[in-house]
Amino acid sequence: MSQLSFVARRLLLGVAQVAAVVLLVFALTEALPGDAAVALAGDQPDPARIEAIRESLRLDQPAHQRLAHWVAGLSHGDLGTSLASGRPVSTYLADGVGPTLLLAALTLALLVPVGFGLGVLAARHQGRLVDRLVSSATLAVYAVPEFALGVLLITVFALELRWLPPTAIGYGPDLLAHPTALVLPVLVLLARPACSLARLVRAGMVEALASPYVAQARRYGVAGARIRYAHALPNALAPATQQLARTIDWLLCGVIVVEALFVIPGLGTVLLNAVAERDVPVVQGLAVVFGVLTVVLNLCADLVVHRLAPRAGVAA
Amino acid sequence: MHDDPSRPFSRPDRRGFLAVTGAVTGAAAFGALALSGCGSPSPDAPGKGDGTPRRGGRLRAAFAGGGASETLDPHRTNLFADAARAKALFDKLADHGADLSAQPRLASTWEANRTLDRWQVTLREATFHNGGPVTARDVLYSYRRIADPKQTFRAKASLEPIDLDASRATGNRTIEFVLKRPTAEFPNVLAAFGAYIVPEDFGDGDPAAYDKEPVGSGPFRLVSFAPGRSTVLRRHDDHWDGAPHLDELEIVVANEESARVNALLGGQVEYAHELNPTTARAHEGGGQIEIVRLRRSAMQAFAMKTDRPPFDDPRVRQAFFLIADRQELVDGALSGAGEIGNDLFGKGYEYYADGIPQRGQDLARARSLLRQAGAEGLRVTLNTSAVAAGFTEAASIFRDQAKEAGVTIDITMGSKDSYWSDILDHGTLCCYRSGAMPIEAHISQRLLTGSTTNATKWHHADFDALYQQAQSTRDTSGRAAVYDRMQRRLHTEGGFLVWGFADWIIGTARRVRGVDRKAPANTLNWARFDKVWLA
Repeated sequence: MSQLSFVARRLLLGVAQVAAVVLLVFALTEALPGDAAVALAGDQPDPARIEAIRESLRLDQPAHQRLAHWVAGLSHGDLGTSLASGRPVSTYLADGVGPTLLLAALTLALLVPVGFGLGVLAARHQGRLVDRLVSSATLAVYAVPEFALGVLLITVFALELRWLPPTAIGYGPDLLAHPTALVLPVLVLLARPACSLARLVRAGMVEALASPYVAQARRYGVAGARIRYAHALPNALAPATQQLARTIDWLLCGVIVVEALFVIPGLGTVLLNAVAERDVPVVQGLAVVFGVLTVVLNLCADLVVHRLAPRAGVAA
Repeated sequence: MHDDPSRPFSRPDRRGFLAVTGAVTGAAAFGALALSGCGSPSPDAPGKGDGTPRRGGRLRAAFAGGGASETLDPHRTNLFADAARAKALFDKLADHGADLSAQPRLASTWEANRTLDRWQVTLREATFHNGGPVTARDVLYSYRRIADPKQTFRAKASLEPIDLDASRATGNRTIEFVLKRPTAEFPNVLAAFGAYIVPEDFGDGDPAAYDKEPVGSGPFRLVSFAPGRSTVLRRHDDHWDGAPHLDELEIVVANEESARVNALLGGQVEYAHELNPTTARAHEGGGQIEIVRLRRSAMQAFAMKTDRPPFDDPRVRQAFFLIADRQELVDGALSGAGEIGNDLFGKGYEYYADGIPQRGQDLARARSLLRQAGAEGLRVTLNTSAVAAGFTEAASIFRDQAKEAGVTIDITMGSKDSYWSDILDHGTLCCYRSGAMPIEAHISQRLLTGSTTNATKWHHADFDALYQQAQSTRDTSGRAAVYDRMQRRLHTEGGFLVWGFADWIIGTARRVRGVDRKAPANTLNWARFDKVWLA
């Protein structure tokens, strides 16, 4: 299969996936009890008022008309307008994407060396003390939910030792100006992906080191380091790369817990508010963006894997 | 075409909702028909005993907020954070005192005719942030904007008694309000939640104009506004009630309670709104931060639908009143942060019938009442939701209490986003709560045949007539007597089993002074940042 047709097929599949995601999100928000009017009316559910809100939001139109209206706007790049505020959805995305991207980029920059480093370290000392230490530590940290880890880190490093600020409250979107506020959120974000990545890399390398072709390479007298890094590691990279793509996706789709805990106004916060407000245009806008991101990232990951380990074959 | 200006309401509930909706008329001291309060500070000015105020500094206050949909349009005020911002930037003609009676603000005096359906309101001398005076025309413009039938502003229902077409400015600072019917508690309409005064034709009515450069007459003017993040405000030196002590106020948004507490403990904010009772207990007297409990801020109740079985039989309702162990509910569902209720709204507020003895648990009588009603082995569904703190806990505690009286309660968890709308007409028994509002407003919004949010389906023509009688009674003691009769009836056989009143908990840094400790959430002296200073 040529590389080009592979990419084309994957892209087509991606477009279909995005469309499916959008339809599914629309259907699911329709299926939720209550609509934006009910959510907006809140504790003042005067039926006449709800009806008036519904009319002003054009929620009294049939669902397919609203969907068609929205898709028509989308076709020329208009993501629509928020029901709750009347502001364009694009401003919601623009405001939220900065902090989220920054967190994701920082986490990723640390994740790759930490995850691979720990994995390779454990694999090199397979079965010995270092391996057992790394493996049990990664397993233990992996088992701690983000919220609990965040609370623990804040209590120790921000409130007891007072080394770091407990939240990013009042710092605005320009978090780079306050690097100390980023340390704890990035640590929390890093913890679980780094552990799962390290375990994957270790498993892949251990498996590869035990394989017949490595044994054959050894018999040819290839140096240990070369075997490890030029032959065994690439084998471990394939599953790790796909895991990495999923992690990036997870990071970009807004890590709701971390954002809430550290008061970072990113995409996760936008999504959470929009769902609670039944602000369908904003939810839809985010769904499109996240859908496209997921498809592109997975495509990239598949291409990398395709190059690293062509034998594995990639389901396309 | 999304330029029609009617969307921004942010949702209440989830992140702490308020609930002074104060619809339709309001209660007020009108015994002194004309309140001559020109320039006098409000009777219960906050912060006594905290020493001499010190000028200067910047206070950062953390609130739960409405995310990226927040707006500074004061007529769209919905959440506590909105209310705090609106209060800093704008003024109302009146506001609620600690007992929920109307206190004059931009209005210096009000005076009714003999039949209580025409009111002369005189404005005090006040200036907007742009230097212009606050005039009668601004007031009429603001009220007409709120009442616009094409819009859905929250205060619209509150202004319903006013005939705005017939009302007019009789001078630069005098207005004659013509009412549709006698309304003795008219001053409470002026204090209604969200009834802020904006300059005439401000921004040509475009709500976006408020987010850019809002012009109000409030104690602070806007420096910057980032929806869902932060609002920076600076002292308005010409405020009629005296300039604030603070140079600057920043209202920041943090929806997670633990984040607000951590920011306060870590010195990132000086004021954290809406804390949990457990947090309060952990830090009360600990010396790190001050805990302020605003008592009687939220009524906690079970609402029984009186128009359908089994609660259409008053004996079943009385039995339920007697099933409740109120102290256990307060201790369990509110973690002790509150006090017990007596099946009446508004404990401690003006006109509250405190002469009625406190009701306690009496399972034997409850069983006997149920037997008389032929409701032995009764099974009811209790609707609840995580929409407000303590709801689900209260439901399961009450289920256990009811079991002792032979009543089986099945708990149904509902969606918190549509809870208030779901329970309005459906089901028979549900968890209910309400923020502070005058007792009269509670009655008019929830207990009259024509009330828009009558969750107990309390429809009684003679009760409606008593309400009208109160509204047509000029003298306060006469009116108090009518309210007392109405409350006695509700206490005997009403649909609200009011088991408690929750504290509203605020945390402040130790150097923050002048925070009022008596004002229930949403009254005048709640979030009065113009009276706060940093020691």
